[in-house]
Amino acid sequence: MTGFDLSGLTASFGGERVIGPLSLRVQQGEKVALVGKSGAGKSTLMRLIHEQVNRDASLVPQELGLVNALPVFHNVFMGQLDRHRSWYNTVTLVRPFSRDRDGVRELLKALGMPEKLWIPTASLSGGQRQRVAIARALYRNAPLLLADEPISALDGPMAHQVMQLLKEHFSTSVFALHDVDMALAYCNRIVGIQDGQIALDEPAERLVASDIMSLY
Amino acid sequence: MLQSPTVRTSLIFLAIALVALLFTDIAITASNPWRDLGNFFLGVVTPNFFSSEGLMTALLRTVAFAFVGVALGSVCGFLLALVYRWLPVRIMCAFVRAIHELFWALIFLQFFGFHPLTGVLAIAIPYSGIFAKVYSEILDEADPEPGRLLPPRTGVIAAFLYTRIPDCWVQMRTYTAYRLECGLRSSAILGFVGLPTLGFYLESAFSQGHYSDAGAMLILFYVLIATMPLWVRPKLLPVYLVGAPFFLGEGLPIVWGNVARFFTQDIVPSPLRGEEGWSGMGPWLGDMLINQAMPGIWNTVLLTQVALVATGIIALLAFPLISTHFGGPVRRTSGHVFLVIMRSTPEYILAYILLQLWGPSMLPAVVALALHNGGIIGHLIGRQSSTIRLRTDAPTGLDRYTYELVPRVYRSFLAFLFYRWEIIMRETAILGILGIYTLGFYVDSAIQNIQFDRAMVLILITASLNIGVDILGRYIRRKLALQTMPTC
Repeated sequence: MTGFDLSGLTASFGGERVIGPLSLRVQQGEKVALVGKSGAGKSTLMRLIHEQVNRDASLVPQELGLVNALPVFHNVFMGQLDRHRSWYNTVTLVRPFSRDRDGVRELLKALGMPEKLWIPTASLSGGQRQRVAIARALYRNAPLLLADEPISALDGPMAHQVMQLLKEHFSTSVFALHDVDMALAYCNRIVGIQDGQIALDEPAERLVASDIMSLY
Repeated sequence: MLQSPTVRTSLIFLAIALVALLFTDIAITASNPWRDLGNFFLGVVTPNFFSSEGLMTALLRTVAFAFVGVALGSVCGFLLALVYRWLPVRIMCAFVRAIHELFWALIFLQFFGFHPLTGVLAIAIPYSGIFAKVYSEILDEADPEPGRLLPPRTGVIAAFLYTRIPDCWVQMRTYTAYRLECGLRSSAILGFVGLPTLGFYLESAFSQGHYSDAGAMLILFYVLIATMPLWVRPKLLPVYLVGAPFFLGEGLPIVWGNVARFFTQDIVPSPLRGEEGWSGMGPWLGDMLINQAMPGIWNTVLLTQVALVATGIIALLAFPLISTHFGGPVRRTSGHVFLVIMRSTPEYILAYILLQLWGPSMLPAVVALALHNGGIIGHLIGRQSSTIRLRTDAPTGLDRYTYELVPRVYRSFLAFLFYRWEIIMRETAILGILGIYTLGFYVDSAIQNIQFDRAMVLILITASLNIGVDILGRYIRRKLALQTMPTC
């Protein structure tokens, strides 16, 4: 069971309804792209889903949520803090075990930045920081991926490399994407969000880019 | 101008201070104050570093007490910060930090005597309260997002160590180092109640008229504080922390009978100890309120208000000394030296020196408080003013000061001033020990008369007064939307 079936999703800010009420059912194996213009409520919907699945998902939030003072390694390692005892995590903070070091280095290699393992995240560029958040989600290895604009700061080839990696790694995923071509290339279901409601919900193969542009 | 709430608040405080000035006793009573002052400065420029071996020991003890006290305070403060949400903890911390280090020392002296523990606890206890508050504020400001992203079953300790501490580490370290500097000052003045730190030797040098010895002590103290970045190194810290407890001196052994007697008899209000019982409490409290607490509170408040405004004036006058918008490097360097000396000298030591030179009145206290606190605030806003980028055709001289700089730094100036309001009041109360009729005077006299019950009640009153002013200062800062980081 890695999909989810959520109904009656709503969210309000300052008394104003920004999402829903809406229902969303995602089955295992689906790769859903949430599309729509900024402010449509995609990020809010992402957070709602994350809460509704009891945070049992690999999340890449738009603001990344990195601990800037820690090196890349520890930011990625944080994805598996629940799998070790407290003493193990505490020792790792001072001196990581080689097993974890290798695991994280492998991931960074796949993301094209293995040399950054011990660099504090504060000193990385925007695109590198985004890849650290993605590495953390990969390391977390939850059955479901929730990624909010995961490639917004990445250039062309790297964006494709990352999307390919995420597609292979997670069987079920929900992406918020503003790049329509990316959505069509890597997802099999497109959900369009407009004014906090689902305005479009079709399999990707039945859509072309111009069908989606009407949402913008 | 009068429409601006900050200007109006300033004028109200100025008016209060002017009225208070009518009631304060400002005078120079010494027969020849300028000759004494001259002798003192002659002593400072002809320091005698080799008069006695006591000087180096005093310096070493001062550092040792500061290290042990601040270290203990920061550990306890950190643990308290973790449970700071709990109201009783917050109240207890507010309470212990409202009582000045010297009052704590006076209390512990009564039952631990001249044991090193007295000095260590006198620093560690109020500092724990301060550390708890500041650490918890720093921890609260950590970005909550990484914590929300952790896997749901992550342990509490791991979550804390990975997502909270790294974010706060630098700030906590900076603040702790800064507190160590405050600790050195606290440690130095503990000598005035008889502990073997600098204050003790300063007092004896002064009383014998050995101004060159006193000058040497002051110069060494400034050097010690000014060179802190050089000798307080992360790698050396463990050495200091392990070593410091061995340099506190032997002191005198603790007589445990005294400890028991202090808690079971000395601090029990005298009517309850005698035959009168509870019926005697009313007259006892009434007598103390009318003859000690009320005059003490009155004088403390008067002096605080005058000193607060004087501090503000000194700060506004002093900040151009170090601002990059005025003068050349020579003037700025001498400005820096002047401000470093002002803020490194504890107000208690300044007040003591001025009292010796000018004779007893409230004037030495006002000048000491204004110079020390004005030096601190002047340094902070001077540094801030240097970050302001002026347009290339900005006016120069006095116009630059009044039109370009003061309006821009005025809000943070007020923020610092109101933040220090409570600190100034705490110090004002303690200066009473030197013979000015503030609350500290009545506490000290009660202790001299072996009336510890009265002393305790008066200390509690002082603490409540400080807490009250702290709340008022915070209210005004919130009302004027002023923000600041803590200073000591």
